[in-house]
Amino acid sequence: MITRRQLLHSSSAAALLSAVSPILPRWVFAGSHTAPTATEFDLEIGKAAVPLGGRMPKATTINGTLPGPLLRMREGDTVTLRVRNRLREDTSLHWHGILLPPEMDGVPGISFDGIPPGDTFEYRYQLQQNGTYWYHSHSGFQEQEGVYGPLIVESAEPEPFAYDREHVVLLSDWTFEDTDRLYARLKKHSDYYNQNRLTLGDLFRDAEARGFGKAMSNRAAWERMRMDPTDIADITGSTYTFLLNGHDPVANWTGLFQPGERVRLRVINGSAMTYFDVRIPGLAMTVVQADGQNVQPVTVDELQIAVAETFDVIVEPAADRAYSIVAESMDRSGLARGTLAPRAGLTAAVPELRPRPLRTMKDMGMGDMAGHEHHMHGGKPKFSGAAVANEAMMPTSRLDEPGTGLGNVEHRVLTYKDLKAAEPFYDQRDPEREVELHLTGNMERYMWSFDGKKYSEVKDQIRFTHGERVRLTFINNTMMEHPIHLHGMWMEVVTGTDGLKPRKHTISVKAGERLSVDVSADAVGDWAFHCHLLYHMKAGMFREVRVEARPTEA
Amino acid sequence: MKSRMRHSLRRTAAAVAALIIAPASYGSMNDNEVFTYFAADRFEYQVRDGDDALVWDAEAWIGTDYNKLWLKAEGADESDAGLESSEIQALYSRAVAPFWDLQLGLRHDFHPSPSRSFAAIGVQGLAPYGIEVDAAAFVSDDADLSLRLELEYDLLITNRLVAQPRVELDFGFQDVPELGLGSGLTGMEAGLRLRYEIRREFAPYIGIDYERATFDSAGIARDAGEDVDNFSIVAGLRWWF
Repeated sequence: MITRRQLLHSSSAAALLSAVSPILPRWVFAGSHTAPTATEFDLEIGKAAVPLGGRMPKATTINGTLPGPLLRMREGDTVTLRVRNRLREDTSLHWHGILLPPEMDGVPGISFDGIPPGDTFEYRYQLQQNGTYWYHSHSGFQEQEGVYGPLIVESAEPEPFAYDREHVVLLSDWTFEDTDRLYARLKKHSDYYNQNRLTLGDLFRDAEARGFGKAMSNRAAWERMRMDPTDIADITGSTYTFLLNGHDPVANWTGLFQPGERVRLRVINGSAMTYFDVRIPGLAMTVVQADGQNVQPVTVDELQIAVAETFDVIVEPAADRAYSIVAESMDRSGLARGTLAPRAGLTAAVPELRPRPLRTMKDMGMGDMAGHEHHMHGGKPKFSGAAVANEAMMPTSRLDEPGTGLGNVEHRVLTYKDLKAAEPFYDQRDPEREVELHLTGNMERYMWSFDGKKYSEVKDQIRFTHGERVRLTFINNTMMEHPIHLHGMWMEVVTGTDGLKPRKHTISVKAGERLSVDVSADAVGDWAFHCHLLYHMKAGMFREVRVEARPTEA
Repeated sequence: MKSRMRHSLRRTAAAVAALIIAPASYGSMNDNEVFTYFAADRFEYQVRDGDDALVWDAEAWIGTDYNKLWLKAEGADESDAGLESSEIQALYSRAVAPFWDLQLGLRHDFHPSPSRSFAAIGVQGLAPYGIEVDAAAFVSDDADLSLRLELEYDLLITNRLVAQPRVELDFGFQDVPELGLGSGLTGMEAGLRLRYEIRREFAPYIGIDYERATFDSAGIARDAGEDVDNFSIVAGLRWWF
């Protein structure tokens, strides 16, 4: 049994900082986030006041802190996690990206019945993998309210990269408002949180830049489609405070290093809704893991991290000075910020927010043929009814693109195409069949679905047979990116790198994109499959995947 | 006609029942929740040439993504002459297309007198170019047919300061002498309102509004010695929750 005291690294800076904010988890203040691994964990989900933005809002927490405790485990160990529910509603914990028996996966209604108030559920599973993961509630909006934390599985074998020190960098979004109310507002006026809509002033500026005719026709094209090119994020900095290890930008989480050290940052996006663009001005980042899986090292200056993804990067701060970790929200409505410093109290400059990006015709699934509207009516519509506002007539592969807002930056930015698995996956077979899945939605009504149907509108699961190799092809008909998460099995992204396709638990499908992943259906049982934007999942962008035993196995 | 009204009443009742019964629970994954909405789109004081008036135009709904019960209320109360008009509609609303709801139900006009009841069928939604549309046909209990078209557009000067042009057109297909309505375009109203969204839900506004009776209806008004048109300066509050 590991206690929080043991997790506290005995650095004076850590002690100093934790004295300031006693309610944050101790791991957050560690000079280095290393601690012994454990096999037994006691977790209690309840309500607690936490220090945020100079206030003490009541959050839903694990063991009284936001984020929850750092769970450190070892590959090969069997772990026991006792989760006690101190709330007045059901709860659950899901171990995001961990391969485990289906009944331990923590999704109410699929894996188990959930944990009723007052009850304790004992999770038990053996770790077959290593890397950086996270865990969170899969009930209601509890994840948004604070029920999430980092989960690290130490490798049984030496890792293929070296480092002297490590820090968790857990990004998240926090709202002081009631989460049900947020959702209700989106259902009533879905642009509620977008305070960056196009104005008359934007039109004049655009006209100045490229002539009145072009500016007007561009504006008219979007208005005709009833789409808003400023629709980058559903929920924005107008309500969100963006956090890094539970610290708002003013609180400025600080991780220590000695100049010359190689520092491993375990970057986790534990947000409900926010994509972040992460950079450390002055430091190159060498990506060594994606979604907990080793990749061939690739050095970049910035990366976009989708909701629920993780990236492990190694940085080498040589100078005896502070560096800012800057994580801008994709819509540029705010940022999460932290500092890497040789001593506590040092800070570095935080760059201004860059201009907000705009959606393009490519995001609408109209290929690169912006302005040629006749392509829009080229195909026969696949979906009818109220749920689908747009169909991607010409979806494109966008694996070599860094993501919305990062297309024109001057420095190196990570793309999925850059990711190559360090080791080949055990299953190198070609897929036996392909399953096509359309990502669909209607922003105006705030309806989100697969194939035009909400979860409640379908009776059947997506069915795989045990042992089969399936290619899942996603066609994103919406104007937003969706982080698609498959429970229980890896998705190998078909990047064109045969043999070394990167393995992901969460894959961000860009707007207007067609993207394939290969899945080895090696885990019998029922699994959740959904968009990891919390409010999209809630709205019905959710399916159940059933991996059925072959008749001979039954 | 009475049987048609009974029919639409039955349909509305069935829809309301469906709303209450249908959304089954999917535990924590209920994606078919019932929401409630209220909006006072216009709640304003009109300074007119003649008698000033308090004008309201409010709507409310309860329901799911696909099925909703809508209530709409509209009216004007003149400071000297009293209630000028007041109507209420109860409609079953079905999301039939990405941007359009089909609405069926009843309308009752308490004023002007004599009060009348109508069966209503309409579409409400967002037309290309972002124009909010509410178009409806009404059949009165005297079998009079009329149409109403309301168009609104939000022009963002800034993200808080919004100019909203608004047009309403009314058509009648027969004379209704007791209400001074001729057939054809019976009336039109055009307005421009400038609101400031202190919050998205709460926006005071000022504006201008012009209303006139047209064609045959104008003639009837003239013959009766009433004003054919009316220009007002308005100040009001738009709010929703």
